[in-house]
Amino acid sequence: MNLAERVIRCLCFLLIVPALAMAAEGNNDNYGYLIGESYAATILGTPQNLRPDTHGEVPVKSMVLETATERPEIFFYDHGLRYTVAFQDRKAPLIFLIAGTGGGSKSPKILSLMRNLYHAGFHVIALPSPTFPNFIIDASTSHVPGNLSEDAADLYRVMERIWDQSKRRIEVSDFSLAGYSLGGTEAAFIAKLDEERKVFGFRKVLMINPAVSLYNSVSRIEGLLESIPGGPRKLGAFFNRVITKISDFYRNGAFVGIDDDFLFAAYQSQLLNRDEAGGVIAVSFRISSAGMIFVSDVMTNGGYVVPRNKVLKNSDSLEDYFWTSMHLSFLDYFNEYFVPYFQSRQPGLSREELIEAQSLKSIEDYLASSSKIGVITNEDDFILAPGEIDYLRRIFGSRIKIYPRGGHLGNLEYRDNMAFLIDRLRSVTW
Amino acid sequence: MFRHPRYLFITLALALYVTGCAAGNAHIAAEIPPMHTVSEFSDDESVSHTRDPWESFNKGVYKFNYEVDRFFFLPVVNGYETITPGFVQSGISNFFANIREVRTLYNSILQAKGKQSLVTLGRFLTNSTLGIGGLFDLATSFGWQQQQEDFDRTLETWGVGTGPYLVLPILGPSTVRNASGLVVDGAVRWAMVSSIDPFGGTGASSEIEAGATALEAVDLRHREKFRYYESDYPFEYYMVRYISSERRELKTIR
Repeated sequence: MNLAERVIRCLCFLLIVPALAMAAEGNNDNYGYLIGESYAATILGTPQNLRPDTHGEVPVKSMVLETATERPEIFFYDHGLRYTVAFQDRKAPLIFLIAGTGGGSKSPKILSLMRNLYHAGFHVIALPSPTFPNFIIDASTSHVPGNLSEDAADLYRVMERIWDQSKRRIEVSDFSLAGYSLGGTEAAFIAKLDEERKVFGFRKVLMINPAVSLYNSVSRIEGLLESIPGGPRKLGAFFNRVITKISDFYRNGAFVGIDDDFLFAAYQSQLLNRDEAGGVIAVSFRISSAGMIFVSDVMTNGGYVVPRNKVLKNSDSLEDYFWTSMHLSFLDYFNEYFVPYFQSRQPGLSREELIEAQSLKSIEDYLASSSKIGVITNEDDFILAPGEIDYLRRIFGSRIKIYPRGGHLGNLEYRDNMAFLIDRLRSVTW
Repeated sequence: MFRHPRYLFITLALALYVTGCAAGNAHIAAEIPPMHTVSEFSDDESVSHTRDPWESFNKGVYKFNYEVDRFFFLPVVNGYETITPGFVQSGISNFFANIREVRTLYNSILQAKGKQSLVTLGRFLTNSTLGIGGLFDLATSFGWQQQQEDFDRTLETWGVGTGPYLVLPILGPSTVRNASGLVVDGAVRWAMVSSIDPFGGTGASSEIEAGATALEAVDLRHREKFRYYESDYPFEYYMVRYISSERRELKTIR
């Protein structure tokens, strides 16, 4: 498993949000995913016993796509773009999966989708997010992630090459595409690109908990740090306090280890309040974005956090860069690095134009008219700004499924969600 | 220390490797200070409390371990996983875990942990007999959970501080105290094996012992799911350092 994610899971997961969770028990809808508080749902995800039963081996394989990128010495361990596949041994539909912000092709949510889709009879090819360091180094043309149309073009090129490598080994009946979070938003742009390029002719495209506007979603996640004591500049102190709470809880209980029993007990004891839970989500986002900022800066020699022209060696300490990058928000990255970079390539381009381009609104005519594209999201997904869920309803009409709760992706692995998702991918119409 | 020329060779290779990493390219252009530096954020509380005065050496060893994994251990482990049936793998894991109960036993006694010593003794006796020399872990199914103790933790209970962070060749993240603990536990094991000399009658006892050591190493690597640099996270070294010290602290607080 991806280490950053493992850390986030370990740390976040330990961090257990309160039993606000159980609040949903009072709901009289028939939806069986019960964590009614959006931050709690996002952190806790779906309990094991509410996930689908998928027995049997899945032939998950890690693959490397060799690229011609010139890699700086400190990325010596990077040998090409890593993607993950699970192939059927007979003719089957193929689905591409795209991870969310900072996620690799083996992130837990990807592996879970992969297992379920494989059991449903699909060939599966999973790709990392364009914000994942390995992608920034090997597959991004600009090495500056976050530009939806360029990232989609990079993803598309990678998909073409992977398909080229795979087609001798598998028989494919047709192609589909799905992505979650940022990957969901990217899937829409890839679908549009495919209408021109026509390499795949996707039968179905599924956007799972997508962002409508990248800028809005990032602002909302970053905004969660405003509620921690001292604000975003004190995230180190916040992190230490949360870890201390967990350690104390562990010390005072009779736990055998950091296992399900521990998590459940911590969860029931309301270890964290809502602001703290939000802070944990934002900190894990910062952990991802710190890696993204640093790698992009090194690849472009951008002089943002690393001195320009500095040649980093493996023996050099990166700790100060880590600390600096952690304390820069995604919005700092956007305003101070991303915007100037694209303005230097295209003089006259305004900041507002760039923000608008990183939104589904820039391709809404296509989305409204394309019957193959659908959305699955939650009423309480906090990455959506006020009005955006109504916007999605308006654009997608009957091609949207909105669950009453689940936060951001918390219910992705819930049995009913997974069954619905697979059903939509299999069916001819929405 | 260098009983065998092979160890000398490995040590030399490691030393050359680690120091060799220091030689880099000459700078072509002058460095220009970046837009943001760490000094802007010095008012926040630091998260890592691990002392790491030998960081650049440690990072060299970290990289060395990655290469050893890549070119040696992982191919061997993959081969092992392919040719060995699952029940044999778990039998082997149980067998070596049972031998390590001895380590847990004397360290529990040294730490004056009465109940834990008894459970461990009970586990060792049960698994060695009913579990056929440790191939089966029946004790766990009787409700006797496996305990883990080593000389590192004994030193901890005696009030010895961890000392600086240290990445050991092959063995990975550690501390100076932990490394000393490994030496002591290793010496005890060696002394026991030599005094019992289980393969004494075979006429090939050192070869069999070497084989057993190699198999134990493969078994340990097979059960450890961590892969160096798999996260692709540029700050993985610091994450691993943080997690390993947190984990150590969680283990020792109780």
